[in-house]
Amino acid sequence: MRTSPLRRTPLAISALAAIGVAFIVVPIAALLIRAPWSHLIDQLSSTGAWTALRLSLEVSLAAAALSLVLGTPVAWVLARSSIRGRSLLRAIVILPLVLPPVVGGVALLTALGRSGVVGRWLDAAGVQLTFTIWGAMVATTFVSIPLVILAAEAGLRSMDPRLEGAAAAMGASRAYVLRRVTLPLLRPQLAAGVVLAWARALGEFGATITFAGNLAGRTQTLPLAVYQTRQTDPGAAILISLLLVALSLVVLVAMRDRIFAR
Amino acid sequence: MTLAVDIRVSRASLQIRAVLQASEGETVALLGPNGAGKSTVVDCLAGLLEPDDGRITLDDDTWVDVAGNRWTPAEQRPVGVVFQSGLLFPHLTATENAAFPLRARGTDRGAARERAASLLTRLGFPAARRDARPNELSGGEAQRVSLARALIHEPRLLLLDEPTASLDVRARSELRPLIRSILEGFVGVRVLITHDPVEAMTVADRIVVMEQGEITQRGTPEELRNAPRTPYVADLVGVNLFAGRLEPLDPGAGRVVTAEGDVVVPWPDGLPREPLDGVLGVLRPSDVVLHTVEPEGSARNAVRGRIAEIAIEGERARVRLAGAPPVVAEITLGSVARLGLREGAMAWASFKAVEVVVVLP
Repeated sequence: MRTSPLRRTPLAISALAAIGVAFIVVPIAALLIRAPWSHLIDQLSSTGAWTALRLSLEVSLAAAALSLVLGTPVAWVLARSSIRGRSLLRAIVILPLVLPPVVGGVALLTALGRSGVVGRWLDAAGVQLTFTIWGAMVATTFVSIPLVILAAEAGLRSMDPRLEGAAAAMGASRAYVLRRVTLPLLRPQLAAGVVLAWARALGEFGATITFAGNLAGRTQTLPLAVYQTRQTDPGAAILISLLLVALSLVVLVAMRDRIFAR
Repeated sequence: MTLAVDIRVSRASLQIRAVLQASEGETVALLGPNGAGKSTVVDCLAGLLEPDDGRITLDDDTWVDVAGNRWTPAEQRPVGVVFQSGLLFPHLTATENAAFPLRARGTDRGAARERAASLLTRLGFPAARRDARPNELSGGEAQRVSLARALIHEPRLLLLDEPTASLDVRARSELRPLIRSILEGFVGVRVLITHDPVEAMTVADRIVVMEQGEITQRGTPEELRNAPRTPYVADLVGVNLFAGRLEPLDPGAGRVVTAEGDVVVPWPDGLPREPLDGVLGVLRPSDVVLHTVEPEGSARNAVRGRIAEIAIEGERARVRLAGAPPVVAEITLGSVARLGLREGAMAWASFKAVEVVVVLP
C-alpha cells in the first residue's frame, strides 16, 4: 500500500527525531561500551552493589505502596469533595514533583529531623527517621506520591459517576460500591500511577541523601552508590548504573500495556 | 402495593414537577419527548438524586419526604432499574453483572451466579456469552443482562428507562415482546419510561405524559387517543388538535380561536352560549378532504396552505398542510395521484364542523 503524501514524514521532522533519539540512546550505549564487563561480578560484589540493590528495592517498593495507600485518598478528596481551596491543595500536593529533591530533603530534615518541628516529638517517643531505612522510605515517598495522586485523580474524574449510582440502586452499600466498583474501575490508573511512583523512588537521589544520608548498608540505595563509587572507581559506577538501567527497562517493558494503553 | 410520587426538581434549564401513582398489577408509562425530565424522575425514584421538594412513598415506606426530612438511601430501596444508558459494570462479566444485586445483598458467590445464569437463560441470553464483558455484547444481549440485573433480587418496584432506545430496529423488535412479558409477569409496581408512543400504547395500562418538566396529560391509551390534550399528544396519536377559546357563532355552532387560526365546531349540548377558554377540538385526519381549488359545498372549515410534507404509510398518505391553522389530512395514494399533490404546492383542506370533537376543560 502506498503512503499518502500527507502521511509521509517531512525530512526536517525525521532529522530532528533522529537527533532526539540519539540524545537518549548515545549515553546509554556509552555505558554499555565502556563497562568493564570482564570484572562484572567481582566489581559489583566488592562495591556492595548487591546490598544497595536490596535496599533500593525495599525502599522503592515501600515508597510505591505508601504512595498508593496515602495518595489515592488525597486524589479522592481532590476529585470528589467540595472543600474550599481545593485547587490550592492540589498545587501543594503536586509540589514535590517540580521541587528540586534536595529542597524536599531539607524540608523533611526541618520537619522530621531529630530537632525538627515534628521530629523532636518523634525523637522523644524513640522514633528516629534520619539516617535510617525508614527515613529513606519517607524521603522517596515524598517525591513519588504526587504521581499516584495525579493518576488517581484523573481516573476518578474520567469515571462515569452514574456507574456507582447504579451500583447503589442495585443494593450495594458504600463500602461494597468502593470495593467492587470504584476501585476495580480505577485499577488501570492506579497501576500506572504506582509504577511511575516506584520508578521515581528507584531513581531518587537528592531527598534521600539529604534526609537519610549515604550510609552503606543502611541508607545507601543504588543511585547513592553510583555517586559514591564514581569518586574512586568509575568503572564500577558504570556497572551499578547499568544495573539501574536494566531494572528500569524490565519494569517498563513488563508494564507498558498498563501505563500506555489508556 | 402503590407507589406515590409528588416531587419537584430543578435542573439546569428545567423545572420538573412530577405527580404520579402506580399500583401493583398495572403498568404505568411515563411518556414524553427527549429532554422532558423523565430520567430525572427515574433518578429520584432510584435514590440517585434528591428532589428539591416533595414525597415518594411505596405503601407505608417513605423513601423521600423533603419537608419531613426523610430519606431512604438507594441501596435500601427495593427497586430494580434498567437505566437508559445501560450502565452495566464494564469490569464484570455478563453473569457477574446480573448477579450483582444478590452479591451486594450478601448472597454467596456460587448461589448468586447460579441464579444469574438461570435468569439470563430465561431471558434468552446465550449461555456461551455468559463470561463476556459488556463491551463485547451486542445491544440486545446487553439489554437482557440489564433486565436480569433489574429483576434478580425480586424488587417491589421495576423501573425501565427507555429499555429499547439504544437498540437497532431488529434488536428492538426482538426485545419488545420480552419486555411486555416481563412487565406482565412482574409482581409489584411497574413503571416504563419512554419517548416512544408505540411502546407506551402497546405496553402500558395507563400513560402519564410529561412535557418540559410538567405532566400534561394522564389516562389510558384509549383516552389519550380519543381526547389528546396537547399538540404533542395529538401528534403522537396522529390526530389534529385545536386548542383555544370557544366562542358562540350561529345556532348550534361555535368557533375555537387558536393562536394559529380559527376552526368552526359544533356547540356542545347544554353548554351556556358564552365564551370559554381552554377548549380542545379534536379532528381525525381521515375526516379532512383535500382540494387543489377553493372547495364549494357544506364543509364549514376550509384552510388554504402549502403542503409541508407528504408521508406515505402503506396505501395511505398523511399530508401536512401549513395553513392557519395547520391541518393533517389522511388520504389514499390514489387521491394523491389524482389531485397531483406534491410537497411545496398550495392546496385546500376542508372538513365539516360536526367532524370536530369538542373536549371541554
